[in-house]
Amino acid sequence: MTDNRNKVTIVVHSGDMDKVYSALIIANGALAMGMEASLFFTFWGLQRLKKGGLEKGPLSKMHMLGLGKWMVKRKMKAANVASLERMLQDFKELGGKILACDMTMDIMGIKREDLRQDLIADYCAVGTYVNEAKDSAITLFI
Amino acid sequence: MDCVGENCPVPLVETRKALRKAAPGDIVEVTGTHPSSKREIPMAVKALGLQLVDVQEEQGTWRIRIRK
Repeated sequence: MTDNRNKVTIVVHSGDMDKVYSALIIANGALAMGMEASLFFTFWGLQRLKKGGLEKGPLSKMHMLGLGKWMVKRKMKAANVASLERMLQDFKELGGKILACDMTMDIMGIKREDLRQDLIADYCAVGTYVNEAKDSAITLFI
Repeated sequence: MDCVGENCPVPLVETRKALRKAAPGDIVEVTGTHPSSKREIPMAVKALGLQLVDVQEEQGTWRIRIRK
């Protein structure tokens, strides 16, 4: 049997800025190389899909009340790294799928109108993730 | 496509965006300075089943041509 799996599925559990970058860079790289990509945003990751929330994540290490993040963002700007917003728009343009965890929405009292609904393909649970992941060549938990 | 000065993953993503918009037979030309992209764009071209026309580099700026 040949393996025709050609998809990347990533659970974005962390809302940390650097980890959301990792998820989007990998997903966009996969799309660019002709794969499909799905991002399942849950828990702290889902906070980044709130309106105005994308850039609000702390640095996963050495955040130092925002000083570390400020320094890293400055370095990223100097290195001409694209913004999270641009990466998210590229992800959508290249056909990537964004899934929002509805249990996280219940726990954290997040309503659909609090989220950027234009980006989200579906509001779903573990069954959808497993369904996506079982057809994926790569699946990651970030 | 001018990706001079752009960093990971922009040259790769912009190449893919341009290739999606191109018609079969079109040549897409990408220029850039990000070193890894010079190696990775040809990997993407292979994965996409397209034809790599040529890769050139002069003083740190590379130029890749792809036929859709």
